[in-house]
Amino acid sequence: MIALLARDLRLAVRAGGGFGLGLAFFLIVVILVPFSVGPESGLLSRIAPGILWLGALLACLLSLDRILALDWEDGTLDLVATSPLPLEGVVAIKSLAHWLTTGLPLVVAAPLFGLLLNLPVDGYLWLVFSLLIGTPALSVVGTFGAALTVGIKRGGLLLSLLVLPLYVPTLIFGAELARRGAEGQATTTPLLMLAGITFGVIALLPFASALVLRINLR
Amino acid sequence: MNSIWEYANPVKFSKTAGVVVPWASALAGICLFVGLVWGFFFTPDDFRQGSTVKIIYLHVPSAMMAINIWVMMLVASLVWLIRRHHVSVLAAKGAATVGVVMTLIALFTGAVWGQPMWGTWWVWDPRLTSFLILFLFYLGYLALWEAIDNPDTAADLTSVLCIVGSVFALLSRYAVNFWNQGLHQGASVMRAGAVTGTDTEEKVSNIFFYPLLLCIFGFVLLFVALVFLRTRTEIHKRRTSALLARERLG
Repeated sequence: MIALLARDLRLAVRAGGGFGLGLAFFLIVVILVPFSVGPESGLLSRIAPGILWLGALLACLLSLDRILALDWEDGTLDLVATSPLPLEGVVAIKSLAHWLTTGLPLVVAAPLFGLLLNLPVDGYLWLVFSLLIGTPALSVVGTFGAALTVGIKRGGLLLSLLVLPLYVPTLIFGAELARRGAEGQATTTPLLMLAGITFGVIALLPFASALVLRINLR
Repeated sequence: MNSIWEYANPVKFSKTAGVVVPWASALAGICLFVGLVWGFFFTPDDFRQGSTVKIIYLHVPSAMMAINIWVMMLVASLVWLIRRHHVSVLAAKGAATVGVVMTLIALFTGAVWGQPMWGTWWVWDPRLTSFLILFLFYLGYLALWEAIDNPDTAADLTSVLCIVGSVFALLSRYAVNFWNQGLHQGASVMRAGAVTGTDTEEKVSNIFFYPLLLCIFGFVLLFVALVFLRTRTEIHKRRTSALLARERLG
């Protein structure tokens, strides 16, 4: 499993676009926002947590079809599926690799982008914290979507249509946590809900992903 | 002997559908005709809402159906995954198309109703928002069906999506509830307290309730007719493609 994780990470780094692409996309989303809503700093700082969350979600979505599609095309996935590893574990490792290559860089870079959007000082910690808790859920749910559409040619758009509704609860609670944190309001409820969603999907969704992957490999 | 699983046999199902479809559609037609005519022309205008209240006869039944159809799809998907009855999953597929139309009707009539009442076509209210998300789930479900060539793979994948989607739809429902406070009124048609008579305060008045009940029955019957019809069509389509394949081989 560790070898698989290391392989995925190496591929992401060497093939290019793993770390860089998501971050660049995130940066562009953040830059486009002041152009579209106007550069007024009061307004920007008010909407900053939501925009940053949305940007992170879109950057995550962009890289979802890389999780399984490349391995599917060159046959690696069949090999891995017939190896003694349980497929649930493989899927979990794939999600972890995806999170390490897209989610974690986003978490680290988020304060910098917060600066661009004039995020209030109190908000930085909460933003990073909410992204740290929330982005694993995005990766795990995304892996489920990728497993569903892996057998479909040019399934990228369909993948977005399937995954975006599933992202709604995570986005709501993540952005709410960041916003409340930035405004100094009570954060317990969104924090608990967000953590609940993340741990829940980590515990349950790999089984569903492995199930649909088995169906697709049949 | 007379177990419900007998109807998993496509031939038997088709025969049953042949009996059910005309009866259900006729009854649905009667219920809807009487209910709508009664509702539109023979009930008084509401003292606050005027004649716009009459959208209720389309809005409430379609909204109820939109949710219940997804539940029915969930059950059908589970039956398919557990017992591999093809008819079950085809029924889910047929129901999804009806469900997406019902959701659209509910959203549209809601907007038309909301404009004069709230002064806006759309607000980001929990009920409205979760319906929009439900609509997206229906679209995703149907799109996945269309995208996959192998019918059994498609059935399996959409069933899993339906189950996972149900969990997330429920989660979204409460998430958006938390996210924003609503303009839409709470449940006022079917409430336990209202039926037993312990609270009559916010319940829809009986003058409006009886035709509404008739419309709800009409929508349910219409759904039953459409599902049987669509499922039978799917079975026939499958049989046709199997015959064509055999012809090509032979």
